Amino acid sequence: MQSADTKNTEIKLVEKPEGYEGAGFFATSLEKVVGMARKNSIWPLPFATSCCGIEFMATMGAHYDLARFGSERLSFSPRQADLLMVMGTIAKKMGPVLRQVYEQMAEPRWVLSVGACACSGGIFDTYSVLQGIDRIIPVDVYVPGCPPRPEQIINGIMKIQHLVETESLRRRDSPEYKAMLNKYGIE
Amino acid sequence: MDKTVQEKILGIIGEKFESEILSIETPYDFLTIDFKRDHIIDLIKYLYDHPVAKFQYLTTLCGIHYPDSKQIAVMYQLHSLVNNWRLRIKIFLPEENAVTPTLTTVFAAANWMERETYDFFGIQFTGHPDLRRILNVEEMIIFPMRKEYPLEDQTREDKEDFMFGR
Amino acid sequence: MADESIINSSTAVEEKKYSTLNLGPTHPATHGIFQNVLTVDGEVIIHSEPTIGYIHRAFEKLSERRPFYQITPLTDRMNYCSAPINNIGWHMTVEKLIGAEIPKRVDYLRVIIMELARISDHLICNTVIAVDTGALTGFVYLFQFRELIYEIYEEICGARLTTNIGRIGGFERDFSDKAWAKLEKFLKEYPEALKEFESLVKRNRIFMDRTIGAGGITAERALNYSFSGPNLRAAGVDYDVRVMNPYSSYQDFDFIIPVGLNGDTYDRFMVRQEEMWQSLSIIRQAIDKMPDGPHFSPNVPDFYLPPKEDVYNNMEALIYHFKIVMGETDVPKGEVYHCVEGGNGELGFYLISDGGRTPFRLHFRRPCFIYYQAYPEMIKGANISDAILTMSSMNVIAGELDS
Repeated sequence: MQSADTKNTEIKLVEKPEGYEGAGFFATSLEKVVGMARKNSIWPLPFATSCCGIEFMATMGAHYDLARFGSERLSFSPRQADLLMVMGTIAKKMGPVLRQVYEQMAEPRWVLSVGACACSGGIFDTYSVLQGIDRIIPVDVYVPGCPPRPEQIINGIMKIQHLVETESLRRRDSPEYKAMLNKYGIE
Repeated sequence: MDKTVQEKILGIIGEKFESEILSIETPYDFLTIDFKRDHIIDLIKYLYDHPVAKFQYLTTLCGIHYPDSKQIAVMYQLHSLVNNWRLRIKIFLPEENAVTPTLTTVFAAANWMERETYDFFGIQFTGHPDLRRILNVEEMIIFPMRKEYPLEDQTREDKEDFMFGR
Repeated sequence: MADESIINSSTAVEEKKYSTLNLGPTHPATHGIFQNVLTVDGEVIIHSEPTIGYIHRAFEKLSERRPFYQITPLTDRMNYCSAPINNIGWHMTVEKLIGAEIPKRVDYLRVIIMELARISDHLICNTVIAVDTGALTGFVYLFQFRELIYEIYEEICGARLTTNIGRIGGFERDFSDKAWAKLEKFLKEYPEALKEFESLVKRNRIFMDRTIGAGGITAERALNYSFSGPNLRAAGVDYDVRVMNPYSSYQDFDFIIPVGLNGDTYDRFMVRQEEMWQSLSIIRQAIDKMPDGPHFSPNVPDFYLPPKEDVYNNMEALIYHFKIVMGETDVPKGEVYHCVEGGNGELGFYLISDGGRTPFRLHFRRPCFIYYQAYPEMIKGANISDAILTMSSMNVIAGELDS
């Protein structure tokens, strides 16, 4: 193992959003504060099915460390999770299970599709593999690769963080969002 | 496996089942016997109990579809750990009526192996405790490993066949 | 572990009702997707019904469509924790079919890679057993060394996890100096970390109490269920494919086969632990005795892809590369079975070739699929926590379970 590099021991804090400051008050828009809070504490639900799951384990490990992005607590219960990370091949037998897990998640929820198999079926163009999870659930960010390197998975998480930060507070109630869910048959 | 060992095994089988042997081959020095389908379980039980042969390990069993001769073969591969002898036995069943008795009375490992062979080829193993699909979806009606069925799901929308060279 | 008679001869006034618990496909402790519907009486398991196939990707049907080189990436994805063993096993099957003679150096290099893969597979399994008993430290410490192993793979073949390593007939390039340096670094640093992990759990009172007696199986039942690999060796049978049917010059190396007594979780843990030590010793022997020679077999030009420098600069080599990958070379007819000692046991490849571009039939003998059927029998009468430990100690990898 490398010796401890003493240069990187400064703790980085999150930048505060723009706003008006005064003695004892700070005025900014609610969206920015909520976005900043949500972005830095995403609780993922690792839905790891195959080889990409092992790369996820490497991403959670000490070398690539996903926890520094705020994802320290992996939630295996859908109700308490924000981000559904689908990693690995989803077969047709598994489709209903994935759908049920997605439906059990509470709003706001995001979906990250990791690996070629989850994005589009990957190299398995067969009768038993679902050709992409976006056949059954809406996906926010796709991370291609077979398997993607941990750096790519972290890039995907950072894109999700960007989406989380810039999302409007009213998006989940808007008619466009409901129309998109209806397209998938989700109420 | 050298010649003397092969002859020894053939001698052991020949003591009781001489008439059932259809053909003997040794591709890549591996003794392969094509057998008549009627007494296959008796043969395997005999080899299991035989004091010298002791073929008490079932390495694998699988199905093979020969569409030209309209037959589905079941291949059993046995291993005698004590002597380090390996043996392959094949029986041939007609496509329309692929029925054969189960091996679970001799080897407990044959349970899921036969379920997988049923799932892929549609071979009925009579006497199996729980013969249903294991790897594919329960509602599937075709037996996908048979040569007449395609690999890809024909109802998929996003992959154009002409772009993939098919 | 409750006695069956106590459960059955209950003197309760009302009919005893058992509850059904779904250890479903998505469960943090199952390390893979397979389902078990348990019928429990309190915490004691009466009956369990496994369902697999949630990641069935139809490898056997897919390989009837692909020429030999295109099947190597499929074999990667079976036991993805030790992918090089699958790749090299498949290449050896094809070499047996075409009758290729492999130089000694290739054999020794293959042994190094396979033993590294075995170490990385057992590493995951053992640290995960510790995690399931609550000891997360070992997992975090030892996963750093998996990164070192990944770096070694990257030096040789360019990929971390699904390696697609080697060629039919040898390796694509000889190990570079950097690869040897990383290998030496691994061999120097890993034993200390492994010893540290061992000292945390091996004689730990809590770990021993949880694992001894959990999920045991006798040698006779294990043989009847066609167990192989560390699970069988923990039950007391010393069957190792590397010794019984040596391949790739394993007979030149000096190693012992660790064997357990009871076949329970503690024995499986200790067998895998000891096998990691033996693998380190084999790698050390291979490096010390490494013979000189080519890193590929020169008499299979129809199957060995030309080196990349030629492919990018020379038109002939480019055409040849294309032809071989697309399967336009002549393949002999034949029926061959070859087995290697994978991370979980005897991994076999049964190949029937009819002379065409693609195999007529390819059947994978997957050890995980075969021994997982014994799981309901192993957990009958045990607590749910013992059932979880038994499952993680059997090292069930979903990719290998459903081909």
